[in-house]
Amino acid sequence: MSLTHYLVLAAILFTIGAVGVLVRRNAIVVFMCVELMLNSVNLTLVTFARATGTIDGQIMAFFVMVVAAAEVVVGLAIIMSIYRTRRSASVDDANLLKY
Amino acid sequence: MDTVPADGLLSASWLLIALPLAGAAVLLLGGRRTDRWGHLLGTATVAAAFVVALACTLQLDERQVAVDLFTFIDSGSLDVRAGLLFDPLSAVFALLITGVGALIHVYSIGYMAHDPRRRRFFAYLNLFVAAMLLLVLGDNYVALYVGWEGVGLASYLLIAFWHERPAAATAAKKAFIMNRVGDVGLALAIFVMFAQLGTVTYEGVFGSVGLLAGGTVTAIGLLLLLGACGKSGQFPLQAWLPDAMEGPTPVSALIHAATMVTAGVYLIARSAPIYDLTETARTVVLCVGAVTLMIGAIAGCAYDDIKKVLAYSTVSQIGYMFLAVGLGPVGYAAAIAHLLTHGFFKAGLFLGAGSVMHAMDDQVDMRRFGGLAKKLPVTFVTFGLGYLALIGFPFLSGYWTKDAIIEAALDRGGVSGWVLGGVAVLGAGLTAFYMTRLMLMTFFGKARWAPSAPGRPTPHPHESPSVMTAPMVLLSIGSVAAGFLLVQAFPLVEWLAPVFGEPEEAEHVVAPALVGIAVTAVMALGVLAAWLFVGRREVPVVAPERVSVVTRAARKALYADAINESLFMRPGQWLTRALVWVDNRGVDGAVNGMAAALGGSSARLGRAQTGFVRTYALGMLGGAVLVAGALLAVTAG
Amino acid sequence: MNSFPFLLLMIVVPAVGAAVVAALPRGRDLLAKQISLGVSLVVLLLAVLATAAFDTDGDRFQLTSSVSWIEDFGVSFALGVDGIALVMLLLVGVLVPVVIGASWDDEPVGTRSMTVFFAWILLLEAMMVGVFAATDVFLFYVFFEAMLVPMYFLIGSFGGPRRQYAAVKFFLYSLVGGLIMLAAVIGLYVVSANQGEGSFAFEVLNAIDIDPDVQKLLFLGFFVAFAIKAPLVPLHTWLPDAGAEAPVGGAVLLVGVLDKVGTFGFLRYCLPLFPDASRDFAPYVLALAVAGVLYAALLAMGQSDMKRLVSYTSVAHFGFIALGIFAFTTEAGTGAVLYMVNHGIATGLLFLVVGMLIARGGSRRIADYGGVAAQAPVLAGVFLVAGLASLALPGTNSFVSEFLVLIGSYPTRPVFTILATVGIILAALYVLLMYQRTMHGPARGLMDGQGLAADAGEPAGPAGGTGATAATATATATATATATATATRTRRVPDLSRREIAVVAPLVALILVLGVYPQPLIDLIEPAVAATVGDVGGDPGGVVPDVDTSGAETEAGN
Repeated sequence: MSLTHYLVLAAILFTIGAVGVLVRRNAIVVFMCVELMLNSVNLTLVTFARATGTIDGQIMAFFVMVVAAAEVVVGLAIIMSIYRTRRSASVDDANLLKY
Repeated sequence: MDTVPADGLLSASWLLIALPLAGAAVLLLGGRRTDRWGHLLGTATVAAAFVVALACTLQLDERQVAVDLFTFIDSGSLDVRAGLLFDPLSAVFALLITGVGALIHVYSIGYMAHDPRRRRFFAYLNLFVAAMLLLVLGDNYVALYVGWEGVGLASYLLIAFWHERPAAATAAKKAFIMNRVGDVGLALAIFVMFAQLGTVTYEGVFGSVGLLAGGTVTAIGLLLLLGACGKSGQFPLQAWLPDAMEGPTPVSALIHAATMVTAGVYLIARSAPIYDLTETARTVVLCVGAVTLMIGAIAGCAYDDIKKVLAYSTVSQIGYMFLAVGLGPVGYAAAIAHLLTHGFFKAGLFLGAGSVMHAMDDQVDMRRFGGLAKKLPVTFVTFGLGYLALIGFPFLSGYWTKDAIIEAALDRGGVSGWVLGGVAVLGAGLTAFYMTRLMLMTFFGKARWAPSAPGRPTPHPHESPSVMTAPMVLLSIGSVAAGFLLVQAFPLVEWLAPVFGEPEEAEHVVAPALVGIAVTAVMALGVLAAWLFVGRREVPVVAPERVSVVTRAARKALYADAINESLFMRPGQWLTRALVWVDNRGVDGAVNGMAAALGGSSARLGRAQTGFVRTYALGMLGGAVLVAGALLAVTAG
Repeated sequence: MNSFPFLLLMIVVPAVGAAVVAALPRGRDLLAKQISLGVSLVVLLLAVLATAAFDTDGDRFQLTSSVSWIEDFGVSFALGVDGIALVMLLLVGVLVPVVIGASWDDEPVGTRSMTVFFAWILLLEAMMVGVFAATDVFLFYVFFEAMLVPMYFLIGSFGGPRRQYAAVKFFLYSLVGGLIMLAAVIGLYVVSANQGEGSFAFEVLNAIDIDPDVQKLLFLGFFVAFAIKAPLVPLHTWLPDAGAEAPVGGAVLLVGVLDKVGTFGFLRYCLPLFPDASRDFAPYVLALAVAGVLYAALLAMGQSDMKRLVSYTSVAHFGFIALGIFAFTTEAGTGAVLYMVNHGIATGLLFLVVGMLIARGGSRRIADYGGVAAQAPVLAGVFLVAGLASLALPGTNSFVSEFLVLIGSYPTRPVFTILATVGIILAALYVLLMYQRTMHGPARGLMDGQGLAADAGEPAGPAGGTGATAATATATATATATATATATRTRRVPDLSRREIAVVAPLVALILVLGVYPQPLIDLIEPAVAATVGDVGGDPGGVVPDVDTSGAETEAGN
């Protein structure tokens, strides 16, 4: 398994995540897709760390995980409270902040 | 002759200006408290100034005396001091201003007795006297300019004294504006003097003006002339003077006949050393004088308003004075002499006209007068003497001084001498005509009295109180005797010699006696013509409509107002409106347009903020792809 | 005595006063007014004492003090005055108490309390003192911008019907200029840093040589800011709006002092720091100045709103000032500085009187008035004095300055001077037209009690339709005039009250005194101007004209 395979996999995962963010309306799904993108980046980081023999990439991956965890906490809380007030988890319904 | 510092009483000549100025200040600041005695104070200050002027003149002794007061403006190379110059010329003017001024103050006590604002009237009159004295006493052009505009202000205030009347308010504004046009000329003349000579004092300018190039001197002369034309109501700035008759009659007598309007003559006479060096400017002065002389005389023949006839007569007589000063050294003294006698008889005539108006319920239309000789005997006699003096009846004032001017014009010789002399003689005939017409319509014939307004009683003419007639009597004595005194008994020429130089014995083209006879004959013709046209027949109460083109033009004062309107006023108004539009729509519009464009484009860009998270996400993705692409392109390329 | 911190106190005292007044509880209006008046009088006293301590033969900058502020960039809180700044401080000292007195009985227009108004006025005073007293370019810039804030609130909270629009316009205009200037200020610092140690101190910057091309750019940066402030045509359109909508007190300070910062800046910064660029650009600036004199005067004539009219007259006057400054002669420069002071007094008085008239009639439109002189002679008299000072009649203070400007400019710039001189005719026209329409003639419009309800409070629109409105106004005027001939007047115009007389009296006195004896001020101003003129290569001793002896042959011999 060469480096390329890992990178292609990461790219595919990232693309799936990006498309998911763009086309899905459910906030939870969008959220999951964001996580998918983050993890695809993690995969890339780890791949390069392994390839160059340093641990910088792995450290970065940990950082991303920590940030993602924190993000999940805050993000899910927001989604929950929006759902409670508006009875909907669609991102298109929460469009008051415009113009 | 050198100027010496003042000594003795002469060093107190600043009192001349300070006295009336203090009077004006007390009356204006004192408010109603001074109502009861304000007119007395006003008269007293001018009378006191007259005494001071007289005493100073007696001490003068053919010298030029300088009184240095304080530094007015000193900056860089400009040094303007507040200083006075008391010399024979300014002494003559100071006497005229304070003397005639005091008489007219006395007259006004009676004339304005029933006006609730009499105190303010006297305050303005005092202000005028102070400014006029500053004008003639200043020892530099800036002081003259200050006085020059000061009398303009006093004139404005007094013409608009009855400011409830729109005509008076408009006339005052017109006078001020037209004067300002002239003032620009005077101001520019001062600028040129400073730029070229570095000084603005008479002494400094006259001392070094000979070093200047001829063109520059001519420019100074013409600019000064513009100023003089504005103040003296000369062509092409003559249209304001007849309108100024909207002011109370004593004002017309003092300001618009005897003193202020002659300031232009003073300016040119004072600047004699400049005009001596520029033939061109003098020729222009001559032409202005001759043209104005005729315009005034022609318009005077057609008006029915007694004050306007006198006003055009003033325009015409000042034309004579300009003609005289334009003749150069031979004419200066003659001009000043005529100015003085004119001051007497024209002031007397105006006061007489005021007395008539007083009797006729403030009407001015001569077609509504007639037969007043019996009702107003004192007015009739004094007015009559002034009339005879003005038309140049032999051996009265006007005869001596006007003849001197006509002689001087003829003595010029050549074609120009004959033309100018001819114009002057013709003017004398016209003067006789319009003044005789005025006399006949006012004092002779049948009474054509009518109420001044619907609902008013028909006036019952009565002689004015003695406080008004006494000044008229004194002025009429002046109009009879002044000419003889100034020309024959104590020749003004010699008194003014320190200023204008010793008079040269002119070579006469026409013998003086012959001139005298010819002028008297022309005058008699004018009187006769007036009697034929006006005296023999009944005067129509309404001015006849079917008249010749000439009469029509004369009634419009040769269309001076129409020309001014169509040339300056209407284009000016149009320009103003156009510029307001440009400023609001164009200049401000550009700014507002820029603001609107910014606002509009931001609103349009704001549309991109749809509120849909996915749109933003797409934007981020696009941005990231772009950045990545750019990086790739840079590293790969 | 010279070490006494006059200037610092003149900034601190009103600033503290403003804080105290602002902290007062609502409803203590009287106390607020008394404190404000007291504070402003203290500042006036300080200004007078500072003038007494100033030595006209001494150094250029005196009463100096300097405290390091931002050391890394060489910024210091440096204060000091030359004669020019000192007379401006005197003007500030005189005008602020007058403005406070004039606003004494004003009613707030919105929900704001009048205590706030006085607090802003005092804060504005502190800023104005700072802007004139700063000798550090950066400090100057800070005050220059900070000055906008109190003025913005004065216009926006206490102004006329269109106050929001006017306040925003004023603020944006000034801000644009200010930001351009900021760029130039930084540029100046960079230039000085390249030539040694970077500094913002005026005296350091004055001493360095700047490359002519760089000078041009920096000059333009400063110039645009000052030209907006001054204002020069075509950057003037904010002034009529701001002047018309500002409360009278604010308008007096706006036109009387704030705008002078522009012309002050020309003299203090543009000329000495960028002499080559100043010389290069002088013809263009002079063209703008003279165009302003004529253009704004014509516009003033076309206005139907009194306050807009007065604002436009100011634009014309600023043209004269700019002419005097960019003629580069000691006489004209001195005249220009004197003009700045005199214009503050004369136009300040004009604004005050117009405000008093508007307070009586409730309308800003000229056509709503007529025949006031008959009913309120003192008001009319003061109006006339202010008007005459505005048209520079000899005997009033403005004459001296206008005369100096023109006579000093003529030797170097004859054509521009001649054109500007024509402006004095126009000045007479716009002043007398307004005076005649409001004061003379029969009582009409609002002044006879008719049409009051219809017109009161209606904002006077931009003068686009002047012709039409004027025509209808005249028609109604004639109609009402005939009506009043028989009807008794229902409404009289009260004359000036004692308070109002006390407010205008000092200004009237100054107009007359400075008109007759201006020399003390000239002595104060001239050394600084001469130094500035020297900086731009003029002759500080005056445009001493050598009498041209070459053309000795004249027509005399012919």
